[in-house]
Amino acid sequence: MRRIISVLMENEPGALSRVVGLFSQRGYNIESLTVAPTEDATLSRLTMVTIGDDHKIEQVTKNLNKLIDVVKLVDLTEGSHIERELLLVKVRASGAQRDEVKRSVDIFRGQIVDVTSNMYTVQVAGTGEKLDAFLQALGEHTIMEVVRSGVSGIARGEKVLSV
Amino acid sequence: MELLSGGDMLVRALQDEGVDLIFGYPGGSALHIYDAIFRQKGIKHVLVRHEQGATHAADGYSRSTGKVGVVLVTSGPGATNAITGIATAYMDSIPMVVISGQVPSDKIGEDAFQETDMVGCSRPIVKHSFLVKNAEEIPEVVKKAFYIASTGRPGPVVIDIPKDVTNPADRFPYRYPEKLRMRSYTPAGKGHSGQIRKAIALLLSAKRPVIYAGGGVVQGEGAGLLTELAKRLNYPVTNTLMGLGAYPGSDKRFLGMLGMHGTFEANTAMHHADVILAVGARFDDRVTNTPNKFCPGAKIIHIDVDPASISKTIVADIPIVGTVQSVLSEMLEMLKSSEEQPDQSAIVDWWRQIDDWRERHGIYTAPRYRTDGAMIMPQEVIRAVYDITEGDAFVTSDVGQHQMFAAQYYLFDKPRRWINSGGLGTMGFGLPAALGVKIAHPDKDVVCVTGEGSIQMCIQELSTATQYHLPVKILCLNNQALGMVKQWQEMQYEGRLSNSVYEESLPDFVKLAEAYGHLGVKIERREELHDKLHEAFAIKDRTVFIDVYVDPSEHVYPMQVMPNGSMRDMWLSKTERT
Repeated sequence: MRRIISVLMENEPGALSRVVGLFSQRGYNIESLTVAPTEDATLSRLTMVTIGDDHKIEQVTKNLNKLIDVVKLVDLTEGSHIERELLLVKVRASGAQRDEVKRSVDIFRGQIVDVTSNMYTVQVAGTGEKLDAFLQALGEHTIMEVVRSGVSGIARGEKVLSV
Repeated sequence: MELLSGGDMLVRALQDEGVDLIFGYPGGSALHIYDAIFRQKGIKHVLVRHEQGATHAADGYSRSTGKVGVVLVTSGPGATNAITGIATAYMDSIPMVVISGQVPSDKIGEDAFQETDMVGCSRPIVKHSFLVKNAEEIPEVVKKAFYIASTGRPGPVVIDIPKDVTNPADRFPYRYPEKLRMRSYTPAGKGHSGQIRKAIALLLSAKRPVIYAGGGVVQGEGAGLLTELAKRLNYPVTNTLMGLGAYPGSDKRFLGMLGMHGTFEANTAMHHADVILAVGARFDDRVTNTPNKFCPGAKIIHIDVDPASISKTIVADIPIVGTVQSVLSEMLEMLKSSEEQPDQSAIVDWWRQIDDWRERHGIYTAPRYRTDGAMIMPQEVIRAVYDITEGDAFVTSDVGQHQMFAAQYYLFDKPRRWINSGGLGTMGFGLPAALGVKIAHPDKDVVCVTGEGSIQMCIQELSTATQYHLPVKILCLNNQALGMVKQWQEMQYEGRLSNSVYEESLPDFVKLAEAYGHLGVKIERREELHDKLHEAFAIKDRTVFIDVYVDPSEHVYPMQVMPNGSMRDMWLSKTERT
């Protein structure tokens, strides 16, 4: 099962390598990983997507919690949550294609953030599924380059992950 | 406030932490620190002959005392040589602080002379690590390192210090922190009372209970409480390799060790148990054999300070996260105030069954090795040493057949007396560990049980024993081959002895010992075994290397059947199977 684990950890050098090292050391897989400092500069927030059965995920969270740098963590997929990923894509767009691409961007509520006479750079945010669907809608022949940020997530309602 | 250089600060911080002993080896990046050590009196430094020896010696010191072992090495090869010893300590949850010199900050990443990324190299085998960026951090880093190493599930912590940080020319105000607050680290304390109550109810309902106690009981100072609990309930106890001594080995409720080379009665009792109380044990693969065949009828109560150990390989029915001490004392209180009693008639039947198993194949009810041959049997050497030392020696061991014979035949009545590399299985551990033990217990018999293979992996420490006058006994069960490897090759590879024999290349250990200034004794004939052992053990002021030629064809039994065996599937001899 796909899980989104959100980790609050000390913003210390070496902390990220301990998290990543744990995953390779214990044979867990990482689908995506994002990390950045929070409003409190001493803390980083890391969001990780992993796949595993309940037993494996329990081990993942227990071992993450064991890392001295990890302050707190939550498995967002256990409750109702919001997940977002950012996609930047360079799309070949000339002649009649330009309108067609623009229409797809509108349908997926994306924005064109850069433009030349032959291409658009498009930004789309949403769930991973939505981004997949957008790329599919564009059709492979028009895509020049794709960059995805990996998933960020937050719980719905008043539940927060904080110190 | 007092102004100190980084090097002096480090040494002062260690003193303020109560450290009085360091095992180490100097080198370029650590020289400022070594100079600071030279200029002080509170800390004794033991110069080993190889950094691996320093880590094992600190480890032996820690295991025999409960204190944190401290190691100091230089950068590069000094640091990487320490890796095996750090991994050994990590696998067995031994508190250790390893301080490594590092190349100067401005050289880091430039492939400088003797540079290695110690924090990176050691990352998978430490509980935590620090790279010190400036001297002012040193007191707090030291404080944190000792706190992390010694609390919760203990383990090694590395402090990597670039040379410029210890520069004697730069001085900073020194103050050792009295208290620590770490928001990201809160080791487990008391167990959940509701869970403990449930555990008591299950324990009292048991008809075929077994208490399975591991190294956590030794490390967590829970041996006294565990013994009280088992005696109160009159339940059988088995110890893991790491847990030997957590329950008195000579008590009648002790079934012996369990697992791959566990006793017939311990493994069979586990297999048939209806309730297992696991305390400070981690259901290691050398204990469980095939996990899905493990103890099919048992409900499992698992007490451990490390939540990640619980339900890792075997799912616990009642998990209890907490220190062994606090959980066991709460259990005892509940038992004392409880009106419920164990089912006496079921327990009597259970003991009758266990005694029958003991009678049939137990290694303590009759010798299960040849007693009428001309060759010395390794088991009888251990029994003889047990008798001579009255069961009260500190016994360190290396890894292999001799380790298993020692674990089976030397009955430990006290915790911290049996010192071996259980998790990592590090050959070369025994001798330096024995030196660490001897420093802590100068008036006690310290015996390193080893083999002619293992001893050669850290034999250079014979020189350390000379320098610091550490009179230990080295008991080499010499079977002229890598015995355990050979045993597997004979059992599973049709006797193809691939690289497990030395072809007449073994040194003369008696002469070797003498070359280092020690005594050497060679024992080859069965009839001289007892007299020569007595003579050797009567010598208290010299290190004695006792080279005993044992039957090279002997195997360690029982041995669980692998793969796909359950706890109770064992070879009992070369021809007998359960």
